Amino acid sequence: MPEELKVKEKNDLQKPIPKEHYEKLEEYIDSLPSLEGRLIQVLHHAQDIFGYLPRDVQLFIARRLGLAGAKVNGVVSFYSYFTEEPRGEYVINICTGTACFVKGANKLTEEFEKKLKISAGDTTEDRKFTLKDVRCVGACGLAPLVVINDKVFGRVKPEEIEGILEQYL
Amino acid sequence: MKDYVKVTINDKTVEVPREYTILNAAVEAGIKIPTLCHLDLHDLKMVNRTASCRVCMVEIEQRPNLAPACATPINDGMVIRTDSLRAIRARRMAVELLLSNHPTDCLICQRNVRCELQSLAQELNVREIKYSGKRNKYPLDTSSQAIIKNQDKCILCRRCETACNEIQTCGILSALNRGFDTIVGPAFNLPMVETSCTYCGQCVAVCPTAALTEVNHTHKVWEELHKPDKYVVVQVAPAIRVALGELFGMEAGSIVTGKLAAALRRMGFDQVYDTEFGADVTIMEEAKELIHRLEHGGTLPMLTSCCPAWVSFIEHQFPDMVDVPSTCMSPHIMFGAIAKTYLAEKIGIDPKKMVVVSVMPCVAKKAEAARTELSIDDNDDVDIVITTRELGDMLKEAGIDLDKLPDEDFDHPLGKSTGAASIFGTTGGVIEAAMRTAYEWVTGETLEEVEFKQLRGMDGIREATVDLKGKELKIGIAHGLGNARQMLEDIRNGKSEFHAIEIMACPGGCVGGGGQPYHYGNDEIVKKRQEAIYREDRGKSIRKSHENPEVIKLYKEYLGEPYGELAHKLLHTKYEAKERI
Repeated sequence: MPEELKVKEKNDLQKPIPKEHYEKLEEYIDSLPSLEGRLIQVLHHAQDIFGYLPRDVQLFIARRLGLAGAKVNGVVSFYSYFTEEPRGEYVINICTGTACFVKGANKLTEEFEKKLKISAGDTTEDRKFTLKDVRCVGACGLAPLVVINDKVFGRVKPEEIEGILEQYL
Repeated sequence: MKDYVKVTINDKTVEVPREYTILNAAVEAGIKIPTLCHLDLHDLKMVNRTASCRVCMVEIEQRPNLAPACATPINDGMVIRTDSLRAIRARRMAVELLLSNHPTDCLICQRNVRCELQSLAQELNVREIKYSGKRNKYPLDTSSQAIIKNQDKCILCRRCETACNEIQTCGILSALNRGFDTIVGPAFNLPMVETSCTYCGQCVAVCPTAALTEVNHTHKVWEELHKPDKYVVVQVAPAIRVALGELFGMEAGSIVTGKLAAALRRMGFDQVYDTEFGADVTIMEEAKELIHRLEHGGTLPMLTSCCPAWVSFIEHQFPDMVDVPSTCMSPHIMFGAIAKTYLAEKIGIDPKKMVVVSVMPCVAKKAEAARTELSIDDNDDVDIVITTRELGDMLKEAGIDLDKLPDEDFDHPLGKSTGAASIFGTTGGVIEAAMRTAYEWVTGETLEEVEFKQLRGMDGIREATVDLKGKELKIGIAHGLGNARQMLEDIRNGKSEFHAIEIMACPGGCVGGGGQPYHYGNDEIVKKRQEAIYREDRGKSIRKSHENPEVIKLYKEYLGEPYGELAHKLLHTKYEAKERI
């Protein structure tokens, strides 16, 4: 585990976090009428600003909200929406809810993995795409479906994936 | 006026307060429902009610699903069955599922025969583990000097989290990740040593399995004992003699001081001494320091510094206040420093060949002994710390039956102690001991009534005044780090003003320490140990630290004045502000 952490830390150091981002987050936190029960809201906002939630940002939030670092990290690591790793420019979410699963979502995952040469959960080396799965999106009528950033692709067939990816290249 | 409702459990109707859970009502009805994650420590107002283990499932009439008894509130007329086949099967299945992702190395596990999961498997008649699914395998966290975290043995009951967050407010442990990947650990699953953990060991005290245990030094002690060129001395803390008996089938609160000395001698220690001697020395230094601070406008309040978990807590959580604790080292470290100088000189032993072993009710003392500043010329004041539990294991290993031993005395010159030192083991005790001495030093009069009843009790935060004839001292006492935090915040905000404060990290003080025999959720045991401590004090012929003849001799022959130059060098330390994660 410590090995893994060291690598993570190195990655964080390689890409220094811009100071303006912290200022922006600080400003947001200051604008809140009270800090009680705001953790998730602040984390959402922070992820919008930083793109992800690196260790230092989580600790920054913990200190500002008067919470333990472990508690903040517990919440961040619980919700799949939050990410501790930088993500690609485009995040491909493959719905793996029951309906999509039945309609062959795993075949879509396999195809994306093959085309992007990464495994689900990872980001391409050029930081262009992140591939991940998501639980039910709530649009089961469109199963199986894929969401790329804010755009929804419904009733996707594996052979259409190449074409979808081309739109983002 | 309390609101009562009627519930029927297994055909037995009881009338119980409306706010009860099914489990509470069952206890009232004399019906046992097995539990695992549930832990209710009334005195600490700690209830772990995560309902995560599903071991207490019961059937409720007219409800389709079974319900966890520990977390389900009752309502009027509720009809509950705990003994239906469906409920019994569901409870057994819950344990089987836990076991399907749990190592089965019980025979060589540190918690063998003391494991709550193991007892439950036996109680629920589990004879096979029907499920063979995926199993988690995590690295062992042996990074700290005090606590080992073995995630593989964690059943996610979250008791440690409740102890760490709600009672101690340290916030080191939290559940991380989700689903099958859930673990309990520090932020970012950092190794324990990189966190602000105080090593108070309350997580260890409530862990039902061996997921959290103390770093075991029993083998190290045996090895040292059998090295021919080593001179091994042992010291035992006040709280050991009122708890060790429990490990040998005695009643909680049995005092085994004499048998303890005999047992340690049988184990082969060259000298068997008493940390209470160190406690008496601590009072000489601490009372003098308090008077010095009062007379010379020093920082007030002065906080006691006997508890290493508490010291670590203030360093990490209140870095701006590190100048308030007394600079006195803790009693067992003082003892070590004296043993490796005064004693070594007296008996003509090279201090480098002397090994000081401390038997402590405490897990944090292990980390404390490893602090590099607590040493003389790179020779640690205390070399090895073992807990009450570890001592119990060693005695059993050596075939020593504590119960059958005669009462023996400690060795001298570091074995004589007073009643003031005995009470160091309970909340309120250190400050009471300090007052017994400070009173006489300040007023120049003899203190007739040595028991300061106003300082005693089990309330988490206590305030009292002690009249030093013309000078009223305001005293604060807190035990449990959550209470300590509240007291410190009040001081920082100017809400409270005290002259002296005693803080102990563990609820109840050292009697409830993280290294004591497991209490399995029964906090009456801790109270009985506390009563025993006060009994021990009453049984002593001398009850004020400054009247201890061996302590007087130590100052006369070696140290000079209390709080003087040599005492400062050997017995005082400093604290550092530290980062918090």
